[in-house]
Amino acid sequence: MRKILSMAIAIAAGLALAGAGLPEAQAAEKLKAAWVYVGPVGDFGWSYQHDQGRKAVEAHFGDKVETTFVENVDEGPDAERVIEQLARAGNTLIFTTSFGFMEPTLKVAKRHPKVFFEHATGFKRAKNVSTYNAKFHEGRYVLGQIAAKTSKTGTIGYIASFPIPEVIAGINSLMLGAQSINPDMKIKIVWVNSWFDPAKEADAAKALIDQGADVISQHTDSPAAMQAAETRDVKAFGQASDMIKFGPDSQLTSIVDNWAPYYIERVQAALDGTWTSTDTWGGMKDGEVVMAPYTNMPDEVKKMAETTQAAITSGALNPFKGPITKQDGTLMVKEGEVLADKDILSMNWYVKGIDDKVPGQ
Amino acid sequence: MLDAAIIGAVLASVVAAATTLLLASLGELVAERAGTLNLGVEGMMIVGAAVGYVTAYGSGSLLLGTLAAVLAGMALSLVFAVLAIWLATNQVASGLATTILGLGLAGLIGASFVGTQLAGAPQLHIAGLTELPILGKALFGQDAFVYVSFLLLAAVTYTLARTRIGLVLRAVGENHAAAHALGHPVRGIRTLAVMFGGACAGLAGAHLSLAYTPFWAADMTAGRGWIALALVVFSAWRPLWLLGGAYLFGAVSILQLHVQGFGLGIPSQFLSALPYLATIIALVVISALKHGRGAPASLGVPFVPDR
Repeated sequence: MRKILSMAIAIAAGLALAGAGLPEAQAAEKLKAAWVYVGPVGDFGWSYQHDQGRKAVEAHFGDKVETTFVENVDEGPDAERVIEQLARAGNTLIFTTSFGFMEPTLKVAKRHPKVFFEHATGFKRAKNVSTYNAKFHEGRYVLGQIAAKTSKTGTIGYIASFPIPEVIAGINSLMLGAQSINPDMKIKIVWVNSWFDPAKEADAAKALIDQGADVISQHTDSPAAMQAAETRDVKAFGQASDMIKFGPDSQLTSIVDNWAPYYIERVQAALDGTWTSTDTWGGMKDGEVVMAPYTNMPDEVKKMAETTQAAITSGALNPFKGPITKQDGTLMVKEGEVLADKDILSMNWYVKGIDDKVPGQ
Repeated sequence: MLDAAIIGAVLASVVAAATTLLLASLGELVAERAGTLNLGVEGMMIVGAAVGYVTAYGSGSLLLGTLAAVLAGMALSLVFAVLAIWLATNQVASGLATTILGLGLAGLIGASFVGTQLAGAPQLHIAGLTELPILGKALFGQDAFVYVSFLLLAAVTYTLARTRIGLVLRAVGENHAAAHALGHPVRGIRTLAVMFGGACAGLAGAHLSLAYTPFWAADMTAGRGWIALALVVFSAWRPLWLLGGAYLFGAVSILQLHVQGFGLGIPSQFLSALPYLATIIALVVISALKHGRGAPASLGVPFVPDR
């Protein structure tokens, strides 16, 4: 069904763009930039935050830039159609904001060498295709430490989306943070195999709470888990947006995706004619990974979190610093070394202390 | 690890998860028994969720919100009914259009409410009963939607099987030409049945946005309307089987989360697919056991009176 839907959306977008394309001559001065979202802009999560970045671009550049977006685009052949339409409609810069848009973006980019493409979370680049991502795992290390200090049962509940490296790195980073405080911390992981399904996310949160987890962390996009945690009187971490409204007594903090600095920088580069293909992986120090205020915790824990955050921001602390051992005891990172970016981006193993298997491994 | 508290919590979650499906599929079953296939369930549900949330948020009344959701579901179903029944357009295409329209409309209606939340429907609490181990919370600790779903199930089962209205409705679905010849207003009855379906879908949407996860997010139905449609087929168009189907589906989808939490090492992709696998198996079993009792004979066929 998603197929049919996004097909219809693609057609509709095509029609709208065809119509919008008529007065192109008079608008030639304006730079046209487009965004492709995997979910609805109203998800209050991943796509919502990308759209906040788009709005920041509009606010920053005013009349110089014209932006459009297409939401709910399926990660498959339909994505290629949507991106192709956007490229033909005279956009100079196209941001495709989901991992599954990688191949479609590259395919369309080959056919439109004069259009600049920016693909979020991917690893394949071309002359006119950049990639960008944020080191959200930096934030998760802080979450792990807070969880270890906060949990009474010693068990963290983790709602995960899909077993891709980014999500697995997030789980590992959180666990390493937790172990730095309490080496015996346990984690229960539930995969919902979806980025966005509020009811299922709520069910997963309830299942984890029923099984004894008293701090809930999520790598899915809706505030449903936070709301469930609030109802059940346990603590939780928000995802993508500050979800404090959904958990006034539950939210410890939230990792907020802030794409605005990157989007403004890239649009500026396109305007200046200095755009080149780059690979950007910003973190706390770049202002892309922002922590929502630390709430519902004692001052001592708050101070610890702030210290850790400052250390990661300054580069003094790397969540993936050695020694790091795999579940089976293999030493993956030696003492005094840090895990290379490429190894984080292809991570498919759990650190020691996680009593579960990576799905499909 | 499997103590009474966890079993009780699981059962309570299963009931809640099954209720959305039961409500939506019950309405669709009535529409289909009268001969109209409405693929717009997902769209009517999401519009119900959006309108229900917005109304409840604005008025502060969950009851008013629920009512608005029911009316919104009916309004959208009426659009479908005009197309598919009175203009005799292709039902599949009209239904899909209804879903697409609904998803878009709902996004529009709810756009300025993203990031807000409601207190959510209260849950029943009967001293002594709700605290009972294992079944207490599942039976006596639910929100009103759960109990309404049972009342509706009873009403639909009785009406279809035991009343004159039910008989006429089934006649229209089985053989519209004969029903027409007997003087029954085929298109009128079908319109009412479709609108009942819309009302139920709207109610199911309200269950999501007012009780299950009391906030608004676009696409929050996440395909449950399609599952409801599948359940109607699964039930072989019988309301009581629908109950079994909805609860089986709810049970598998909740249990798989718990199995993962226990870290039993079963691949989560397989567990996520399990509810659908169960549906397929049940479909095969049902069609193997069936003795000529399947879909209403006139299902999906537009009726155009010859004069």
